Amino acid sequence: MERVMMKGNEALAEGAIRAGCRFFFGYPITPQNEIPEYMARRMPEVGGVFLQAESEVSAINMVYGAGGAGGRVLTSSSSPGISLKQEGVSYMAGAQVPCVIVNVARGGPGLGGLTPSQSDYFQATKGGGHGDYRLLVYAPGNAQEMVDLIGLAFDKAEAYRNPVMILSDAIMGQMMEPVVLPPLREVAPDKPWATTGKHGRSTPNVINSLGIVGEDLERINIELQEKYARMAADEVRYEADGVEDADLVVVAYGTSSRVVRSAISRLRQEKMKVGLLRPITLWPFPQQVLAELAAAGKRFLVVEMSTGQMVEDVILSVNDRSKVTFFGKLNGTVPTVKEVYDRIRSLLSEGGEG
Amino acid sequence: MKKIFAYPCALAKKRTHYCPGCTHGIIHRLVAEAIDDLEIQERTIGIAPVGCAVLAYEYFDVDFQEAAHGRAPAVATGVKRVHPEAIVFSYQGDGDLASIGMAEIIHAATRGENITVIFVNNTVYGMTGGQMAPTTLPGQKTTTSPYGRDTATVGYPIRVCELLATLDGPAYLERVSVHDPQHIIKAGRAIRKAFATQVAGKGFSLVEVLSSCPTNWGMTPTQSLNHIKETLVPYYPLGVYRAPEEVTGDDE
Ligand SMILES: Cc1ncc(C[n+]2csc(CCOP(=O)(O)OP(=O)(O)O)c2C)c(N)n1
Ligand code: SF4
Ligand SMILES: [Mg+2]
Repeated sequence: MERVMMKGNEALAEGAIRAGCRFFFGYPITPQNEIPEYMARRMPEVGGVFLQAESEVSAINMVYGAGGAGGRVLTSSSSPGISLKQEGVSYMAGAQVPCVIVNVARGGPGLGGLTPSQSDYFQATKGGGHGDYRLLVYAPGNAQEMVDLIGLAFDKAEAYRNPVMILSDAIMGQMMEPVVLPPLREVAPDKPWATTGKHGRSTPNVINSLGIVGEDLERINIELQEKYARMAADEVRYEADGVEDADLVVVAYGTSSRVVRSAISRLRQEKMKVGLLRPITLWPFPQQVLAELAAAGKRFLVVEMSTGQMVEDVILSVNDRSKVTFFGKLNGTVPTVKEVYDRIRSLLSEGGEG
Repeated sequence: MKKIFAYPCALAKKRTHYCPGCTHGIIHRLVAEAIDDLEIQERTIGIAPVGCAVLAYEYFDVDFQEAAHGRAPAVATGVKRVHPEAIVFSYQGDGDLASIGMAEIIHAATRGENITVIFVNNTVYGMTGGQMAPTTLPGQKTTTSPYGRDTATVGYPIRVCELLATLDGPAYLERVSVHDPQHIIKAGRAIRKAFATQVAGKGFSLVEVLSSCPTNWGMTPTQSLNHIKETLVPYYPLGVYRAPEEVTGDDE
């Protein structure tokens, strides 16, 4: 284990290499360029492949090929590029091809801006591409989680044969923090389904999402839904900090959770009863714990760098048992600690017991 | 006794869904024969297109990946980079390769990606019911050019071999036809040579095959073959557009 200072994007890239990723296909776009640039330097050192594709569409289809062939494969991009990748993401979900996709999100819609944003939450968690499918979506909250979650993402992608997304943003990607790097892994897990050439196998392996014959498509979808149900039951991750005695629970992920954490630590020093619930998986969403907190009488504030996307999942989880308030900053701006602090204070005072 | 004709090992024993008189089936057979001749069946991985050949993975007895429309060269690139020792080929129609997948084919070619592309040009979108393709001839009637392709408003057909021949990347480019037995034999040799180019590690190979679509041309199978000979071949000249160096896929 070595401890080093790294930018979030580079920590993620090195974390991927350490986790045995040996194939990277991507296309330049700010603010994720450190990832392909790092991979271009690093892949040759570990005998891996870095290839700059002609577009995000081509990159994701290369990922489909490499993942289907059994490679541990990564692609990264930022919002407009992630939109282009949706074709391949849907095909990989349908064909059950494992891979990891990183979105270092920026503001939108359209070309948007280069500043950090959390406005791709819907795209990441509610589909993005066509069809009834789900991605496992991780939201790292610091550089160490960039390293830890990318490793976990590869293991889960292969365990479930499903694409996994890491939803990060421009601040998470650029921020320097100390990280502990795990040792380098060479992963060659058994993938009896992969296209390798038959090499004596009696039947060919086929990677395919076409379900044109009879009830094929219904059967495929039932199988997929069973898999998503297992993911929903087993893969929820979150951090709960000081929620037990809290009157108000603030729900935030990624960059906004860092601002919220600073505001909360000041409020706690002032003996305010406020806690943080930080989803680490955005899908599956930590619905159960939110329902339990609502049943215990807590109120909620959702803080996002968007006009309100995750707040819908919080409302669904709470299901009218409690009050949910939203505080958002429009695309490209980050809430200040003072703004969040003031918002929480005023909510606590209007609530009575605070 | 010498066996001179047999069912190719690389072809699955399945009945295809192709229309009567469609030459997709002949081209499948030529690909399977090339795989047999070069003894590469166990290490071959095919990429199927979106088009009438979408079910190609059912018809070959080799590993396969079904690609999104036009993306087969990108998918083939991903597969080949994971298994450089495998023989990777894509099988694509003209809508797939020369319209929606133009970026993917040009960049795979210019990278000199060591893959083989079988490009089936029937001047029409077969699978979706006969719409205009980038290869549809001037004046040709299709369901979306009902008055004939008007070059003044929709421009001219794309000649893929000629276009790719402007690049340094490709190792082997040839256009062939399957409208009569002599041309089928020549097409078979070209396809074998393309695979041999890849086996020898020489880089990107593509064989364009002029193919029939009796269903959407509104012709009988025989009329279709004549149409290839009399109308397609003059517009799309047969021949080698890039010759591979020192590759002998030929049996002559
Ligand atoms: C993204 C996308 N766009 C459009 C289609 C519909 N589509 C299916 S096949 C096809 C054209 C196929 O024509 P071609 O490549 O010439 O093959 P052929 O059927 O003639 O062999 C189209 C447009 C699709 N499946 N996916
Ligand atoms: S529609 Fe045309 S290309 Fe497709 S199978 Fe029928 S004849 Fe062949
Ligand atoms: Mg066609």
